[in-house]
Amino acid sequence: MIDRAQVLHVAKLARLALSDEEVERMSRELSAVLGHIEKISELDLDGVSPTSHVVDVVNALRADEPGPSLPREVALAAAPERIDDGFGVPSPGAA
Amino acid sequence: MSEPIELTAAQAIERLRDGDLSAAELFGAYRARAAADELNAFTWVADAAPAQDGAPQGPLAGVPLAVKDLFCTEGVPSQSGSKILAGYRPPYTATAVARLADAGAALLGKTNQDEFAMGSSNENSAFGPVRNPWDRERVPGGSSGGSAAAVAAGLAPWALGTDTGGSIRQPAALCGIVGLKPTYGAVSRYGMIAFASSLDQAGPFTRDVTDAALLLRHMVGRDARDSTSLAFPEQIALPRGVDLRGLTLGVPEELTGEGIESGVREAFNATLALAEQLGASIETCNLPNAPHALSAYYLIAPAEASANLARFDGVRYGLRVDADDLSSMYTRTREQGFGPEVKRRIMLGTYALSSGYYDAYYGRAQQVRTKVAEDFRAAFERFDLLVTPTAPSVAFRLGEKVDDPLAMYLNDVCTVPMSLAGIPAISIPNGLSDGLPTGFQLCGPAFSENRLLNAAYVLEQALGFDGSAART
Amino acid sequence: MSYEPVIGLEIHVQLKTRTKMFCGCELSFGDPPNTHTCPVCLGLPGALPVANARAIHYALLIGLALGCELAPRSIFHRKNYFYPDLPKGYQISQYDIPICSGGRLGDVRIHRAHLEEDAAKLVHVGASGRIHGADESVVDFNRGGTPLVEIVTEPDVRSAAQAREWLTLLRETLRQLGVSDVNMEEGSLRCDANVSIRPAGSEQLGTKTELKNMNSFRYLERGVEAEIARQTALVEAGGQVEQETLHYDPVTGSLTPLRSKEEAHDYRYFPEPDLVPIVVDEAMVAAARAELPELPAQRAARYERDLGLSADSARQLAFRADLAAYFERALATDGEHPQTLANWVTGELVARVGDGDPAESKVTPAALARLVALLRERAVTPGAAKQVLDTLVAQGGDPQAIVAAEGLGALGGGDELAGVVERALAADPDAVAKLKAGNMKAIGPIVGFVMRETKGRADGGEVTRLVRQQLGLA
Repeated sequence: MIDRAQVLHVAKLARLALSDEEVERMSRELSAVLGHIEKISELDLDGVSPTSHVVDVVNALRADEPGPSLPREVALAAAPERIDDGFGVPSPGAA
Repeated sequence: MSEPIELTAAQAIERLRDGDLSAAELFGAYRARAAADELNAFTWVADAAPAQDGAPQGPLAGVPLAVKDLFCTEGVPSQSGSKILAGYRPPYTATAVARLADAGAALLGKTNQDEFAMGSSNENSAFGPVRNPWDRERVPGGSSGGSAAAVAAGLAPWALGTDTGGSIRQPAALCGIVGLKPTYGAVSRYGMIAFASSLDQAGPFTRDVTDAALLLRHMVGRDARDSTSLAFPEQIALPRGVDLRGLTLGVPEELTGEGIESGVREAFNATLALAEQLGASIETCNLPNAPHALSAYYLIAPAEASANLARFDGVRYGLRVDADDLSSMYTRTREQGFGPEVKRRIMLGTYALSSGYYDAYYGRAQQVRTKVAEDFRAAFERFDLLVTPTAPSVAFRLGEKVDDPLAMYLNDVCTVPMSLAGIPAISIPNGLSDGLPTGFQLCGPAFSENRLLNAAYVLEQALGFDGSAART
Repeated sequence: MSYEPVIGLEIHVQLKTRTKMFCGCELSFGDPPNTHTCPVCLGLPGALPVANARAIHYALLIGLALGCELAPRSIFHRKNYFYPDLPKGYQISQYDIPICSGGRLGDVRIHRAHLEEDAAKLVHVGASGRIHGADESVVDFNRGGTPLVEIVTEPDVRSAAQAREWLTLLRETLRQLGVSDVNMEEGSLRCDANVSIRPAGSEQLGTKTELKNMNSFRYLERGVEAEIARQTALVEAGGQVEQETLHYDPVTGSLTPLRSKEEAHDYRYFPEPDLVPIVVDEAMVAAARAELPELPAQRAARYERDLGLSADSARQLAFRADLAAYFERALATDGEHPQTLANWVTGELVARVGDGDPAESKVTPAALARLVALLRERAVTPGAAKQVLDTLVAQGGDPQAIVAAEGLGALGGGDELAGVVERALAADPDAVAKLKAGNMKAIGPIVGFVMRETKGRADGGEVTRLVRQQLGLA
């Protein structure tokens, strides 16, 4: 019930490059899982509010006071590509 | 004196305080075993003990602690079992780990896990599967398989894991040790590489319930860096109960019916009988929406995960696969960096949130979640605690379920409902079936950890389960 | 067929808090790249957001200033998409339960206002050599995580000029609230426009396009104008407006579709599980109300209503808090001539003190009020009054004394003026002849002569009266 076109669309949203074989397998596996999950569509859930927060906490705020920032060398330490003082990436919109 | 590694953590602390044992000696003994690990339980082992001269430091007195790979530990690989973070060393330490370190715990090593905590067998790790010390051809459970195997095999006295849908409790059951998932919000998630934000909770793996209480005591508490964390309303006590008189236990029909292996069921029923002898009153009860909990979980968790894993894009850290254009860099990095189960769940989660499908999938799943939580609240008006088998089966063979995601997901059927409701639950070993451990799960209302630990302790004493066979 | 434009505005306001929306990194402008980051705003694995209390407070201030309803309970949502300036791969924003909704400012209704975090800065650097032939960009995360309030209006704007005018009112309101620097050139105020057209008189909405990246008021106005013209021409030629996002180039005046939006985004909004709801209680609202100054729209309305000022004067004063304060202090010393006083504050005084606060000049409010009174009493001519003001600006003092010292008193009635008028008429028989013939325009040179002789102290009206009298005209 989730066909190849849908798999490709979702893969694009999730930025995953799937091989043809993976697309086919994904379609099968996801369809099986969804087939099981679909049972919840039969439930009567009228008037039931969806859980959006699990803990009974509100207004967990912090004061507008500065905390320590990472030294730049630490922030950039794991950068796959460093250009000058920043993180290098291929330009968006390029080719 | 017995071998240091035969001591529980609490016993070791006594010895350390008495001066019969030095922290360096204890650490050295465990370190040697961890370094010689054949179960693939560890992804990193400390070179040496932290400097530990003089008196034992803090309530945890320098006892070594193994920590699941997904906890950020500054300067030490924290990879969440994934190739996309292979070798990543974070610039900060998770609050839960830092608090335990402040209490005196010494970092022994990082343990293997299913990639991004997604799995029930630890076969989804980029660093290879973990083997069950009871039978090396079998899985230890997951996702915290490394932590469970390490404690069961005596490679660490205790370990940290995380539980999202059962990832502490189920491996604890399959490895014959104690595993506890606290009330959601009781332990800070800051520094835990996220899987599903509204479900993830850190918790202890230990050899006995007393150790679990001890470790938990030093983990709980509000953290200003985690908006969803709460103050624990009382101190976690070391359990002292002698019987279960006055305790009412409910047995949910929906979680103790078909689908449970016969050996597991027998052990479960035997434990119920024992509980009755100890003075508990036991009745069946209903959690009418529990049969749908797994479906709700397999929509909510992947949906949150699909967003939590979007930061792994090759820009700031981790794996990057070079490409001429940005789009290819993203897709190739993620294609090569994530394993098949992670990709599956990202796809499932993205789909469940996508335009046109949100209401039917994610939206409904959150409604089911509300109902599951209501079911528990209603049950707890009649019963102090609810009990179930922890997992539907004993440890299965490596490779047995990898090709059937649905079969794999069914491992979580008894543990997922508690996760959805955010309530605490503990698994204790309650016997062997064909030589493999079975687990008994107790759960209670939010913040009932003390009562839970106490009941588990009383049962544990009466059961007298001996896990030493796995500690060869 | 004539078409009317229908315009809605989407404004992003950077808040002037000390720290970012969800972490304690300091806000900075122009600091070296990547020197204000932490695990949270870098999107490191395991990091979690914690909301800034002052940002919430500023959002409430904005809501109150715009007459919005404040949601008693609002939540954050994740807005999911991939871009290098978005470290988590999602932006924490608000979706269907924003902190503020409804409201109005001037003649434009507000749809909603909500809190969110800003993206980082992406700078194109060209070919860097790492990948042969490929262009590269660099990301600086200093800005990432800055608190933003996004304000969305209803499509009530009907022209580019009105868009500019209204945005000016919004900017001044926000500036006087103290919640933002609202500087378009620096990026603390950003405005996109949704533009459509429809046949005049129709109630239906046409297809709208989105105009982005206009970073000054002038470009905004021109961009909107250009888009209205483009859509009108298109529709008149039988074409259809397509929904797209456009970039306006102020240099060429052209509108180009933005390449990167190759398809509509599916943002997959869902409630942010790492944050808890914001519950706005009485104390929080009271704290915000207590900090609300009188804002431009209200002040302008009050000036018109209570003082009878013209709409234009009221607006000019209301738009500069320092002018309004000065005006009111002057009015307090002498409230007889509010409109004239307003004219002098916004006209002659501003011409001399520019953007500076007039309260810091040497002209005291009382002195200006006195000068205006002298003018209205005709004790000085307008020309002379300007000279007095020059002196006041240069050295302060009392206008009455300056008039006496510099001999600038108006020549009203009396022999002195009559005598000058006599001499003026005697010196210009030509003009006299024309005047007698009924051509009043010929009075010009006579008045000129008198003004020169009296160094501008003569009252023009009085001169005319004397001329008529002396020539025996009606």
